[in-house]
Amino acid sequence: MLSLLQDGITNGAIYALLGLALVLVFAVTRVILIPQGEFVTYGALSYAMLATGQVPGTVQLAVVMGLVAFALDLVFARKSLHARLVMRSAALNVAFPVALLGLTYALVGPNTPVAINIALALLIVAAIGLFLYRIAFQPIAHTSVLVLLIASVGCHLALQGLGLVFFGAEGLRGPALSNAAVTAGPLRFTGQSLAVYGLTVAAIVALWLFFGFTKTGKALRATAVNRLGARLVGIRTTLSGQIAFLLASVIGAISGILIVPITTLYYDTGFLIGLKVFIAAIIGGLVSYPLTAVAAILVGIVEAFSSFYASNFKEVIVFFLILPVLVLRSLAAPEVEEEKDYAR
Amino acid sequence: MTQRLPLIIFALVMAAIPLIPGIPPFWIVLLDNIGLAELVAMGLVLLTGVGGLTSFGQAAFCGFGAYTTAVLTTAYGMSPWLTLPASLLVSGIAAVLLGIVTVRLSGHYLPLGTIAWGIGLFYLFSKLEFLGRNDGISGIPPLSIGSFRMLSPDAIYYAIWVAVLLAALLTMNLLDSRTGRAIRALRRGHIAAEAFGVQTPRAKLLVFIYAAVLAGLSGWLYAHFQRAANPTPFGAQAGIEYLFIAVVGGAGYVWGAVLGAGIVVVLKEVLQSYLPYIFGGQSQLEAIVFGIMLVLLLQLAPSGVWPWLMSLLPFKPARKAPDTSLKLEHRERAPGSSSVLLRIEKARKQFGGVIAVNDVSFDVNAREIVALIGPNGAGKSTTFNLITGVLTATGGAISVLGRKVENAPPQEIVKLGVSRTFQHVKLVPDMTVLENVAIGAHLRGNSGAISSMLRLDRTDEAKLLAEAARQIERVGLSDQIDQLAGSLSLGQQRIVEIARALCVDPMLLLLDEPAAGLRHMEKQRLATLLRQLRDGGMSVLLVEHDMGFVMDLADRIVVLDFGTKIAEGTPAAIKTNPAVIKAYLGAAA
Repeated sequence: MLSLLQDGITNGAIYALLGLALVLVFAVTRVILIPQGEFVTYGALSYAMLATGQVPGTVQLAVVMGLVAFALDLVFARKSLHARLVMRSAALNVAFPVALLGLTYALVGPNTPVAINIALALLIVAAIGLFLYRIAFQPIAHTSVLVLLIASVGCHLALQGLGLVFFGAEGLRGPALSNAAVTAGPLRFTGQSLAVYGLTVAAIVALWLFFGFTKTGKALRATAVNRLGARLVGIRTTLSGQIAFLLASVIGAISGILIVPITTLYYDTGFLIGLKVFIAAIIGGLVSYPLTAVAAILVGIVEAFSSFYASNFKEVIVFFLILPVLVLRSLAAPEVEEEKDYAR
Repeated sequence: MTQRLPLIIFALVMAAIPLIPGIPPFWIVLLDNIGLAELVAMGLVLLTGVGGLTSFGQAAFCGFGAYTTAVLTTAYGMSPWLTLPASLLVSGIAAVLLGIVTVRLSGHYLPLGTIAWGIGLFYLFSKLEFLGRNDGISGIPPLSIGSFRMLSPDAIYYAIWVAVLLAALLTMNLLDSRTGRAIRALRRGHIAAEAFGVQTPRAKLLVFIYAAVLAGLSGWLYAHFQRAANPTPFGAQAGIEYLFIAVVGGAGYVWGAVLGAGIVVVLKEVLQSYLPYIFGGQSQLEAIVFGIMLVLLLQLAPSGVWPWLMSLLPFKPARKAPDTSLKLEHRERAPGSSSVLLRIEKARKQFGGVIAVNDVSFDVNAREIVALIGPNGAGKSTTFNLITGVLTATGGAISVLGRKVENAPPQEIVKLGVSRTFQHVKLVPDMTVLENVAIGAHLRGNSGAISSMLRLDRTDEAKLLAEAARQIERVGLSDQIDQLAGSLSLGQQRIVEIARALCVDPMLLLLDEPAAGLRHMEKQRLATLLRQLRDGGMSVLLVEHDMGFVMDLADRIVVLDFGTKIAEGTPAAIKTNPAVIKAYLGAAA
């Protein structure tokens, strides 16, 4: 009973971490980040492959996406090209992923230290997240939440399919980050699960401080509310979106690396994890960080208990859990129609 | 007839295809699959493209249709034709249950909800013992007529395509009707539609059920085509694909669904047969291409292929002009002969700590033009929203013809003969002026969805359109009657709103800044029209900032400032009222 609770809380803490990233991305860009799950699998499986001494396909993907992003930068700025802009874009979109590729090939091997593998996996996924925003979402950043959501589903499809190409249909497991363990009464806490709790709490506090008290954080929030208004007061809205995606992909990859030593991950596991996170994020109304974290832990607990008592219907129960939540949410916050002078 | 012509040609072409000698059987299979996808996509067009309710879960309804017939035919030996109504009924009931929850959801919660129950149902299908768990159910009997068993792909071809063509016909009939206009107004928000009596939750549920029944029909055909049913084709991936089809073709158009299904099914086939040669024998590669294409499409051609094709056509399909000689019966007048049409007593509205309307009282009498003026933020539009039921009052009483309208919804207020325009124009931009104005006559017609689909609504419909055309003529926009509302200037759009409000056959017309955006001549014409309406027995309450316009036109003026009534009287008295001058020009003046 108690260990079920503990399982639930550990899973829930991971969901909470991811839920924060979802809320962050939605708050800044209005994108409902379905590919969050792919950040998790990419992080986890890249790390697992690096640990066996192989180069994961994700690093090549990062290079290709970087090149596309660079091309887009050039096309969109073709009327006002100047050297500084081209250099900056080339450094971020071309030099960075190419260097990462070189570094990966140079460092990879069966005896590479865990810390280096983790760092590489994080950098790779961070690059993918950054370029994903540039390529898929920045050109349609002004459109409705619905259009962004459909695009987001498209990205999920493509990234999940690529995941199959990179990692194969077989699941992978990664080496443990630490073998330490603490025993408290009947419960045994592994170093792994303690790291999960610690990172989740740290991330919540950090995000809360960042958005509540720093100028950049406030600029990001302003972008979410009104893009045009934010631009008029001098906030670079595209930069805000990129920062949000960067943070989300790093958080996703960290979560993935935290779970992959505990459970075998498959190329499509991320999507299911991501959807459970949505349930939590939606309970938090896609705006509240603490509420999302609490809800995520609840989802984890419900999942742990239903997998014990009705393992066949675990998914059914978890996914239908969202319906009452959605209804309550819609009733609590009725739709506000956009007011425009013209009908267009 | 002109509208049916493309459908008839299309039907003849489709009927002829299997008869072409030497056509590869594989093409027929492909066309069967296209037809099945079209049925689902057509439902999505109505639901998502027209009604604005995005659903990723349509594949689950195919599942309901397919599994219903699978269970009934294999376990109970029922004839496939008998299971057809059962399949449609089960999908429909599932849609009612899910729809009651889902259509209440607002904004992005709705598509997220559909993803969640879509996946939940997929797991349910694959876990239930009597549905054969992951293996599904096989050995489903084929459709048969007499001793003719539709075993081959070209035999069931006709069954599938008859279903597709019927569905296309019914869907187009539905869209081109009173109910169809109500559905088409949904995507642009519910406030305007409700102001003219549309029961928006009911309209949303209707399209939700309609789309689910079409998906159920597709599932039923699929089960008898494949002769088996398993969970995979009813999962989240399939649900996403159906939405993709609708977006590719053009989510707002029935023919877009037909075209989109053709493009996507063929593309998928091509990708599945060639991609493995390029990348080695991996499955699911087409998902990558689909994903990338979906993103590209949203960036480059967000409205889909069909509207783009139509814009290439050198001619525009002409629409029959409404026969304006047809008379529409007047709205039933509420009994009561009080000379006070509208009485507002101590109306109050608080938003948190802000008092937007502070115990305001005034009357509007029969045959009177009353103007409500005041600086920005005085609470004028809020007062309008209280009268028309868009907002519920915090306190006070509002009565129409002596009857209290305690927090009645907008649909009830308009029934009393109070109709309105909006400060921020609320028209459906991709509907014509005629169609927009006809929404105003919604309550004066009574044909429902089913009679519209079967075209039993034509006399009713002709009268509604005739009334709309008459009101458009009355406000002087006859030349623009077939233009899309979104292509008009702001001033003209405001006039269209007035015509729409007149279609209610109102006793009291509420106009929120009708003259904003009008040129001088247009303002004079508007003033003449409003005087004519008053002399014909109507009362007008208007909010307006153009003082020249108001002073010339109004019989009486009510002045609000910071939510409080500061003056009331004839234009001459208001012009010299010190409190009014202070509110507008400040204390020093």
